[in-house]
Amino acid sequence: MSAEGDVTRARLAEAAERAIGLAVLGGRHGRREFIERVGAATAGAALASVFPMRAVQALAQEKPGPLEKRDLKIGFIPITCATPIIMAEPMGFYKKQGLNVQVLKASSWAMIRDISINGETDATHMLSPMPLAISLGVGSQSVPYVMPAVENINGQAITLHIKHKGVKSAAEMKGFKFGVPFDYSMHNFLLRYVLAEDGVDPDRDVQIRAVPPPEMVANLRAGNLDGYLAPDPFNQRAVFEGVGFIYMLSKDIWPGHPCCAFAAKREFADKMPNTFKATLLSILDATQYARDRSHRKEIAAAIAPRNFLNQPVEVLEQVLTGVFPDGLGNNRNVPDRIDFDPFPYQSMAVWILTQLKRWGYLKTDVSYRKIADEVFLAAGCREAMRALGQKAPDGNAVKHTFALGKTRVFDPDRPEEYLKSFAISRA
Amino acid sequence: MRRDRLSVIAASTVLGLTALLLWQALASGQPAGRGIPGPMAVAVTAGHMLANPFYNNGPNDKGIGLQFAASLGRLAVGWTVASLVAIMGGVVLGLSPTLYRAVNPYVQVLKPVSPLAWMPLFLYTIKDSSQSAILVIFMSSLWPTLANTAFGVATIRRDYLNVAAILQLTWWRRLMTVILPAAAPAIVAGLRISIGSAWVAIVAAEMLIGGTGIGYFVWNEWNNLALTSVIFAILAIGLIGVLLDAGLSRLARRLAYIE
Repeated sequence: MSAEGDVTRARLAEAAERAIGLAVLGGRHGRREFIERVGAATAGAALASVFPMRAVQALAQEKPGPLEKRDLKIGFIPITCATPIIMAEPMGFYKKQGLNVQVLKASSWAMIRDISINGETDATHMLSPMPLAISLGVGSQSVPYVMPAVENINGQAITLHIKHKGVKSAAEMKGFKFGVPFDYSMHNFLLRYVLAEDGVDPDRDVQIRAVPPPEMVANLRAGNLDGYLAPDPFNQRAVFEGVGFIYMLSKDIWPGHPCCAFAAKREFADKMPNTFKATLLSILDATQYARDRSHRKEIAAAIAPRNFLNQPVEVLEQVLTGVFPDGLGNNRNVPDRIDFDPFPYQSMAVWILTQLKRWGYLKTDVSYRKIADEVFLAAGCREAMRALGQKAPDGNAVKHTFALGKTRVFDPDRPEEYLKSFAISRA
Repeated sequence: MRRDRLSVIAASTVLGLTALLLWQALASGQPAGRGIPGPMAVAVTAGHMLANPFYNNGPNDKGIGLQFAASLGRLAVGWTVASLVAIMGGVVLGLSPTLYRAVNPYVQVLKPVSPLAWMPLFLYTIKDSSQSAILVIFMSSLWPTLANTAFGVATIRRDYLNVAAILQLTWWRRLMTVILPAAAPAIVAGLRISIGSAWVAIVAAEMLIGGTGIGYFVWNEWNNLALTSVIFAILAIGLIGVLLDAGLSRLARRLAYIE
């Protein structure tokens, strides 16, 4: 390692630290004041205690140092949202970064959470609200997590039992029993959003229960559920089995909404920054590959076997290409039914936090911005994407526009106003 | 005697064949790909699986033989440790009526708890999913052996114990030559019950934790709605359960004695 390289690295690290200081402490003025009061070293330490500084520094380095660990285990749930995480194994994206990764199939989101917290997996597939909830200690022991990349956007759907063919609006769904994969999921929040917009109280007028995705079709068939807002392939599988129809694609609720994510304990990012960066690069590389629609059939074939999704290739193709029968006799062509975009906008995290608040999962006041900063590593993802020659957005937050609802635009700078705009709310 | 046996075998065969025919009739009455797969379809799947039972395609796809080996391994560890603990505990409780009565209410509260209910607690405290599954087996095989051993020891004829006392045997010799042999039939009956309930629990536990094992296999095939594999697994699980029970029943016959 050359001395020049060392100097560059030190400078980069310093720049990263300064950028984070700016972001967390709010502007140049705040930072100076803070440092004058407590001294530079203490300030650094204080920041590191709330912020994954080392991880971000590692992500900012152009050439990662030597890998601390080569053999990794990454957990996943067998759904198409996990496509980049899974396909990176059979298609060699982990190998490209010098990693030897085994992807481990888990049976439910509670298991994914527990084996990750217990350290049985090094990094993991999660639902994007999970790293936030776990870091806050909501529905879990409190363990700091980081989420450097979103896996997929869109790609979910509300599927109803075939006997509800005539249902045209959420208002007709009173009394339904719904399944969602987990309490802390976009599925739960989007389903509640849709129901509440039509005046159906998701806590009083319907029943929503957590059902592991792979068990959903069987429950729908048995009539144990009237419908679910679930990840694919289980929407398309219900159509394939002739037991359900696709009522609404999630992209028609919030176009471009995040769904699943790639996450790890902050401890992993801190202790093994180079390995952390290498896994992120593999994931980003695979995500970029999955983004290209001409690769989707090849990917469907790669992730269909028993070792991964264990599903008919036909169903996976219908999901990934967006050319599918909807179970009502229509053949639809929706190219962006599922898409893959890794950038973890912190505004997405703020939206999720408002919903945790809205539905009473989060009962205390928290700083949305601070939590979003700590968990959704937007800056780190940007650096890594650019290192791979990919295009990445300049800002960490944007306004999000919904396709249905009274308040269509979510402004991440005004979360409390947004929260107050809802008629049905537990906040 | 022999005649009797022949007619039992004949009746058994007739019953089995009737069930198979009914199943086939039920299955063939439905359009292909919908409803319950018939015995022929299951036999084809079984043929495929048994042709190559020990293949290993990575952590999420292993042959049926490896899955059963993983489950039986967990069963062996959990059940053996539980049996040792239960027999020791049972002897202590059986020899002391006061202690037995004092401990009994707690045992009664814990006994009816499904061993799976412990799973979240184990995962949280032990922080290892595989060991948690073994502990579930431990919990499921503990109570029957404990209760049976305590009962067996408590009902040993006083004469035996009195003779042992007169001979001034050390406690170890008393345990090995009088107490355990006298209580052996009851203990083995407990072991038989507990290996059965442990085998029942392991499938459910593995469906929860994932990884390897026959329970995970059933879950993974369920996930793909591959019912032929699920039915095959059910039959195989049943068959192995019978073998486990037969082994212990043989042991029971050896240890039986006439007072």
